[in-house]
Amino acid sequence: MCFFLIFLILPSVSARDPALHSQYSTQVSILSAMELIWNLCEILFVEAAAAGPLLLRLLDWVRLHVCDVDNMVREVLSSENPSKHELFWNVVDVFVLQGRMDEARHLLAKEASANPTSVNMYKTLDDLMKKMPVPSLGNTQTLTEMELKWQHWHEECQRYLQDGTFASNSHMESICKILLGDEDAILEKKELLATWYQFLVTRLLYSHPTVKPMELRFYAQSSMDLFLGGESSPEPLDTILMAAFEFEMHQVIKECSIALSNWWFVAHLTDLLDHCKLLQSHNLYFGSNMREFLLLEYASGLFSHHSLWQLGVDYFDHCPEYGRVYLELHIERIPLNTEQKALKVLRICEQRQMHEQVRSICKIMAMKALRNNRLGSALSWSIRAKDAAFATLISDRFLKDYCERGCFSDLDLIDNLGPSMLLSDRLTFLGKYREFHRLYGEKRFSEAAKLLLMLMTAHIAPCSFWMTLLTDALPLLEQKEVIFSAEQTYELMRCLEDLTAGKSDKQKFQDDDVETMKVEMLRLALARNLARVIVKEGTLEGS
Amino acid sequence: WNLQFKGCFGVILQTHSGSVWRVTWAHPEFGQVLASCSFDRTAAVWEEIVGESNDKLRGQSHWVKRTTLVDSRTSVTDVKFAPKHMGLMLATCSADGVVRIYEAPDVMNLSQWSLQHEISCKLSCSCISWNPSSSRAHSPMIAVGSDDNSPNILAKVQIYEYNENTRKYAKAEALMTVTDPVHDIAFAPNLGRSFHILAVATKDVRIFTLKPLRKELTTSGGLTKFEIHIVAQFDNHNSQVWRVSWNITGTVLASSGDDGCVRLWKANYMDNWKCTGILKGNGSPVNGSSQQGIFNASLGSANTSLQNSLNGSSASRYFFPPLDSPRAGSRWSSHAQLLPPPPLIEHSCDADTASLQYPHPRRRCVSRPLNLLPENEGV
Repeated sequence: MCFFLIFLILPSVSARDPALHSQYSTQVSILSAMELIWNLCEILFVEAAAAGPLLLRLLDWVRLHVCDVDNMVREVLSSENPSKHELFWNVVDVFVLQGRMDEARHLLAKEASANPTSVNMYKTLDDLMKKMPVPSLGNTQTLTEMELKWQHWHEECQRYLQDGTFASNSHMESICKILLGDEDAILEKKELLATWYQFLVTRLLYSHPTVKPMELRFYAQSSMDLFLGGESSPEPLDTILMAAFEFEMHQVIKECSIALSNWWFVAHLTDLLDHCKLLQSHNLYFGSNMREFLLLEYASGLFSHHSLWQLGVDYFDHCPEYGRVYLELHIERIPLNTEQKALKVLRICEQRQMHEQVRSICKIMAMKALRNNRLGSALSWSIRAKDAAFATLISDRFLKDYCERGCFSDLDLIDNLGPSMLLSDRLTFLGKYREFHRLYGEKRFSEAAKLLLMLMTAHIAPCSFWMTLLTDALPLLEQKEVIFSAEQTYELMRCLEDLTAGKSDKQKFQDDDVETMKVEMLRLALARNLARVIVKEGTLEGS
Repeated sequence: WNLQFKGCFGVILQTHSGSVWRVTWAHPEFGQVLASCSFDRTAAVWEEIVGESNDKLRGQSHWVKRTTLVDSRTSVTDVKFAPKHMGLMLATCSADGVVRIYEAPDVMNLSQWSLQHEISCKLSCSCISWNPSSSRAHSPMIAVGSDDNSPNILAKVQIYEYNENTRKYAKAEALMTVTDPVHDIAFAPNLGRSFHILAVATKDVRIFTLKPLRKELTTSGGLTKFEIHIVAQFDNHNSQVWRVSWNITGTVLASSGDDGCVRLWKANYMDNWKCTGILKGNGSPVNGSSQQGIFNASLGSANTSLQNSLNGSSASRYFFPPLDSPRAGSRWSSHAQLLPPPPLIEHSCDADTASLQYPHPRRRCVSRPLNLLPENEGV
């Protein structure tokens, strides 16, 4: 987990906007706390560091996270004459407290060279620090060996202290006391320790370097008590860390949930612990349920964000029991402000075979488009939804538009319907009708004529549209060249008669002049065509 | 009297001639459709129309009343659309105890609604709720609540179920333990559970589970019998609870009461229900509010600003003291602090006092006030 980005942003922002700066600082603090907890959990739970390496890990942990002394260190080291700096001994103390022996010795060497009279004293201290046994990471020594060595070393330090070797220099004497693990001496440096957990680690380093994991809790509790000294009560962060030192995983998660304002941290921590199979081994039989519960909570929260919802999808995918149904419920509620967003959501649903959601979303988009009179968009959405009824409705609208305006809108869409044309009869008719117009425009008259006739005889066209189709046939009938064959002409006549016969007398009475005239014109045109075609077909070729 | 819509523009619809009790949205699959019900004994259905593209109303939308349902002889107290898988259907309930279910057979024609069912509940009805479950294992179901004040102890919540054989709604269950007037009732979204969850707003907040038992094969048409349990009862409002509303996933319940507060209830993974938040109507902070982490799913027809504050996504909720300006690369862990989240409502006066509460960061040893709240328990 790296928060470096925030550290980079922070300085540049701070100059410009104090409110923003304070907001970022706040977030940095919280993130730092989370990182602190997370790393400790890694050491104690995931890695389950054993006695020996445990101390080394804890030292690393503290060095990584307690760095307000870094500024001071830098200041002293970069000064011209470090050993004369007023904070010199503070820095040496810091190094010793954090077990950074080499750095401490390096600084002391500078001081030694500046004070040749006390060279022996420095040499002794340097020697002690060099010889200090530390647990090794590899298997080069067993714990018992190490403990033995350490005991000897400890006694040696004790002798030098009692001999008064460092009596003339209070700083060095206190360092020696720290090396001996003298609690009071260490506590004197409270300011440099800054936190009780730093104090704990220092204590362990100099009095119980081979501490076992299960012993941590006692040292932790006493360290906190000693450090806070009854002046202040533990803060939430302290409680969480203490729970970790006590290996109470459940408590850690619970305290984090209370202290933090969203589920991000606990969800991921629990997930990690669950994957390491730690929740079960700690007798939390509801372990995996809790993991899923937290992940569901976190992911649900993501869904209220305008773009982070996409992350939420992945989280739900990893919740075996309720993930899918949560996703189904949430994904339908995402505001579909733009087509791109709708398509994105649809892709996600289609990938997971959420057919009902796909249908629903397409329907919603189709309705929206229809309300805004964007017929082409509505049609393509209803095709995607495989909603035949809606497609029929929209096709009807298209046809109505055509009748009123004499032209089609959204030609591209209708021309390229392809097999989706078959979704509904009306849609098929719309597609074919447009094809007829195209053929006519390309002057492929006989094909157009065949299509037109087929539309009526195969009953693809709704009866209400037949009049329009027949009227469309007029220009074909009036062409110089004969287009319709005799048989076709007979068919057309039959259609016309079917149409007029179908009307009751009342309807005929209501028909206005235009209607009657149209019918008459059609009859005339058909008759004339028939005449011509009979002649044409009767004529022998070439004669 | 008037319906007011808060959106990017406000629209006032002169509609009913009496107080409008409730307003509800239909599923967006049917377009932008609203229903309202009123003291004037009618319920109305509205649709939003966008202006034609060639007149000067182009792109502007306005609301048109599509139909008025006038069958009721008394005040219509609630109107709710049925779950979308049932088509375009709605139910109304009236003060004279009749629940009516209407259907629009043609979803594109909202002016044609036919009365499909009339259910006589024998008690004055105040609220209804459809069971949103679309599972085929569950028949359509309506819960009806009554605010009848008469002293007889008839159960104030009844459950009606649709019977496939008789093609009618019949009473399946009555919650005998609810004897106080009921103001609101709400089924939770189903989540694939085999049982139903019902929230009731009465003199307190109650949550029931209804487990369907094997359908009785002897009774005509097989009405489901239910095993009813009360899983939560909260009187924190200390007054009449008026409304209850579920979030999308049915995991958070919001209740509002005469104490002027909205309370949020949530179950942890052990199925124990607890209060996870209190919102006070006038914005002032609430003392003793109990909060455990966050409940971040939206509440019914969500108010997004409410949602964001519930998310806690803004870390400014933590009132940290001003820190020294950072040097690049330095880490802040020593200042790592996890102060408990303040109560839900951030009021400007809170921010001022908070900065006084917390001392300079370097002196970590100094005592700090703890806001940890008494009711906090397991996640």
